[in-house]
Amino acid sequence: MVKNTLNVGRIEEGFVLDHIQAGRSMDIYQYLHLDKLDCCVAIIKNAKSSKMGKKDIMKIECPIDFIDLDVLGFIDHNITINIIKDSEIVDKKSLHLPHEIKNIIRCKNPRCITSIEQGLDQIFVLTDSEKKTYRCKYCEEKYHGRLK
Amino acid sequence: MRHLMSPLDFSVEELDRLMDLAVDIESNRAKYAHACEGKKLATLFYEPSTRTRLSHEAAMLNLGGSVMGFSTAESSSASKGESVSDTIRTVSCYADICAMRHPKEGAPMVACQHSSIPVINAGDGGHQHPTQTLTDLLTIRSLKGRLNDMTIGLCGDLKFGRTVHSLIHALVRYPGIRFILISPEELRLPGYIRFDVLDKGNIPYKEVVRLEDAMPKLDLLYMTRVQKERFFNEEDYVRMKDFYILDAKKMELAPEDMYVLHPLPRVNEISVDVDDDPRAAYFKQTQYGVYIRMALILTLLNIEV
Repeated sequence: MVKNTLNVGRIEEGFVLDHIQAGRSMDIYQYLHLDKLDCCVAIIKNAKSSKMGKKDIMKIECPIDFIDLDVLGFIDHNITINIIKDSEIVDKKSLHLPHEIKNIIRCKNPRCITSIEQGLDQIFVLTDSEKKTYRCKYCEEKYHGRLK
Repeated sequence: MRHLMSPLDFSVEELDRLMDLAVDIESNRAKYAHACEGKKLATLFYEPSTRTRLSHEAAMLNLGGSVMGFSTAESSSASKGESVSDTIRTVSCYADICAMRHPKEGAPMVACQHSSIPVINAGDGGHQHPTQTLTDLLTIRSLKGRLNDMTIGLCGDLKFGRTVHSLIHALVRYPGIRFILISPEELRLPGYIRFDVLDKGNIPYKEVVRLEDAMPKLDLLYMTRVQKERFFNEEDYVRMKDFYILDAKKMELAPEDMYVLHPLPRVNEISVDVDDDPRAAYFKQTQYGVYIRMALILTLLNIEV
């Protein structure tokens, strides 16, 4: 029988993202543009979780001001963020819905100026925090559905 | 620097000041005749328009300024693929203020991000048409003497009509506003306005299909055209286009001080036999559209007379 354990070493400085919905860590890797950063990233998929059954975990070794994690509030506000310094958890960041998200999702309204204007950022603004409604900054079309 | 993207860009107090200025312009035309001397308005119209473009141009000419621009995308560098941001950077070098109409929603917003002159949104697709809303508000205030405590009938295409949507957003900021929404089932006001604006703001409203049922209760009737371009098939359009025809007979059901407004152009929805009724205010509305745009140009250019 194979033991279902996997050890990933401690990080000196950076972030541990815990309680990521199983299978979504690669999406988050993309949204945080981690592919463009020269840092050490460990992705643990389908780890056992008493709360979630299974979950993903990410460990990112980098200076803590390197990454803007606010967008995670939009992607999944249940993610726990541990901030690591000198190999210790020094803080936990709670997630809120960000007021504005840039170049994470695209406006699907074919009549929107974002469909033709070159180099225009895709910006969505939180218009109703109760209903978690985001609207395109330009045409005000509501964003439907979740991230892929 | 200030731009006008949405009618809600101005607070109720700022709107009051804008309308007061428009009223002063109406009664003292000579006083403002040279207010914009040496200033240029660029009208950047990427799609055709009669009233909106000409009323902006008339407003600037009435103020002693001059105008330049294009009236179709084909007659501009847009036909060569130039972006909105490049066009506005260029126009900023030539003019002092600009009015932009564009078929793509949000195009004037892109323009104002790159502009060094005030930008007026003169209509962006089905999104916003703020100067029409300002015109409607000034017309209502001038004719009724108030913008509060009124029952307003909105009739026709309430589903796609952007003027109706903007007017609702603007009017709910005043106390005592009630709406009667008159439309065929297929063209009802969208849920996001009924629920998010009317229900959320506790604004009383009623939906009816027959215009005759609403007429006696109204302080104001706002008619709209059923727009052919919004329908996917001709058959639906033909069925809807003559659903409401306001004529002299129906006007007999209305109170003596119930004015009729229409953003124009009209097709069949208001019979020409209503035109001579003193309550037919849609051509006056067009005139008010020039005064409010004069006031807007002065305000955005920070010119005091």
